[in-house]
Amino acid sequence: MPFVTWLKRHLVVIAGLLTLAYLLLPNVIVTVFSFNKPKGRFNYEWQRFSTHAWKDPCGVADMCGSLSISLQIAVWATVGATILGTMISFALVRYRFRARGAVNSLIFLPMAMPEVVMAASLLTLFLNMGAQLGFFTILIAHIMFCLSFVVTAVKARVMSMDPRLEEAARDLYAGPVQTFLRVTLPIAAPGIAAGALLSFALSFDDFIITNFNAGSTVTFPMFVWGSAQRGTPVQINVIGTAMFLIAVLFVLTSMVVGNRRNKQKA
Amino acid sequence: MSTLTEAPPPLAPAAPEKKPPRRRGRFTPYWLLLPGILWLIVFFALPMLYQASTSVQQGSLEDGYKVTWHFATYWDALSAYWPQFLRSVFYAAAATVLCLLLGYPLAYLIAFRAGRWKNLIMILVIAPFFTSFLIRTLAWKTILADNGVVVHTLNSLHVLDLTNWLGWTAGDRVLATPLAVVCGLTYNFLPFMILPLYTSLERIDGRLHEAAGDLYAKPWTTFRKVTFPLSMPGVVSGTLLTFIPAAGDYVNAELLGSTDTRMIGNVIQTQFLRILDYPTAAALSFILMAAILAMVTFYIRRSGTEDLV
Repeated sequence: MPFVTWLKRHLVVIAGLLTLAYLLLPNVIVTVFSFNKPKGRFNYEWQRFSTHAWKDPCGVADMCGSLSISLQIAVWATVGATILGTMISFALVRYRFRARGAVNSLIFLPMAMPEVVMAASLLTLFLNMGAQLGFFTILIAHIMFCLSFVVTAVKARVMSMDPRLEEAARDLYAGPVQTFLRVTLPIAAPGIAAGALLSFALSFDDFIITNFNAGSTVTFPMFVWGSAQRGTPVQINVIGTAMFLIAVLFVLTSMVVGNRRNKQKA
Repeated sequence: MSTLTEAPPPLAPAAPEKKPPRRRGRFTPYWLLLPGILWLIVFFALPMLYQASTSVQQGSLEDGYKVTWHFATYWDALSAYWPQFLRSVFYAAAATVLCLLLGYPLAYLIAFRAGRWKNLIMILVIAPFFTSFLIRTLAWKTILADNGVVVHTLNSLHVLDLTNWLGWTAGDRVLATPLAVVCGLTYNFLPFMILPLYTSLERIDGRLHEAAGDLYAKPWTTFRKVTFPLSMPGVVSGTLLTFIPAAGDYVNAELLGSTDTRMIGNVIQTQFLRILDYPTAAALSFILMAAILAMVTFYIRRSGTEDLV
């Protein structure tokens, strides 16, 4: 029975592709329903095709405002977490110092903690300090949880780097600043970029920690959360679809550029 | 890590002109660490202390709170909300097992069988991350809708009768049942399972598979005796990365569930943000943290991969 043999041989592939379908199905739904014209306030049932939401993506009150707040927070959180995290990773890989174990666990713990616990405890701190909840408390929280991910990404890259390259630079009379800028930083750059990208995605999409520490500031995920109660405008599907397309395009172009560069080197 | 940091530069002690940079370097690691570590101490570690202190305070919003070492809060919180605690553990465990079962074939496919499609599939696994997970979770409301294709199919195949009997669903519905919540949790944390699995599968030397085949192992035996044991680090970190966030999640239970599927995250959220009973909320959050840390430590010890951390 050739079919059974074929099935047996490709069972893993079939199962894997089914999982991939499970992962992508919601994105398909989000895209399809961005062309919906719903009857009531909620966009859960298909009615008829319409491009009204795509023609007027900011037609919903406050949505694009929340999007801009989310983007600002994500940019600043990425900048902050990337700088602080890169510094920590260099210290961890390049130097010996006391309390290394304590530093390592302080980096690891935020990643091993349920978000709701960090969110709740940070809120008790802000309440006790009498801090005004809003843009800056969200930013503080985002830098905090993005830091560990940056450290992990950059550390992996710096660790696999050949220390002899820097020695060679120094032997060729490069000063410490020059060595760092012309040798160390370019080699560490892919790790730093990966950490930054991850920070941006984590911060932009964060809901739980933001939900606790936002006060009356509304980020885009907070807007979506609120709309799940009040009524979901089609426009959030437009934003979701656009984000997915931008992400795929971004990754594809960076891959094509990377391939071309490798070919040039070869 | 150790080979890079601990191997001293061979010529450093002999060359006298290298002394100044070394002395300057003595405090460099601390300057590099200072801002980031300070940030984590003030905004991660210190809040934990504040939370512990809040959990043993008494008072009201109007009159303020005072530390009275009122440990009864913990007892009251546990006896009032133990069902939600148990439910969180069950749902998270079910989602983790499902993630492993669904994620393993895909990770295996990417690592060994995808060929030139590898990068594309990888992008497709990661790309949904960039669409807000709340929007994607809301899409499950459409997929699992009462008059949708999925529910009709399950109904006509009498699968719903089985799940009704098991208590996972109720009536002709999937939405607002435990099954919907677990399905949402599985969906949301699946990439966290796939990526570590893929990383550890990719490191496996392909020649080991050939060797197993040469020694007359059938494909399934090869998987059981060679591939799976070698992928254990990925399995351990994947299950942790799925279980921990799933146990604390309240988004899926709120959007896809009902009042009967409330998890501990929902309780903490409501207590903190709506009822404003800070001591109870802090106590619950503290219990959740302690429970997760205990379970994770036990799990890592048992699986014998302590170097993972």
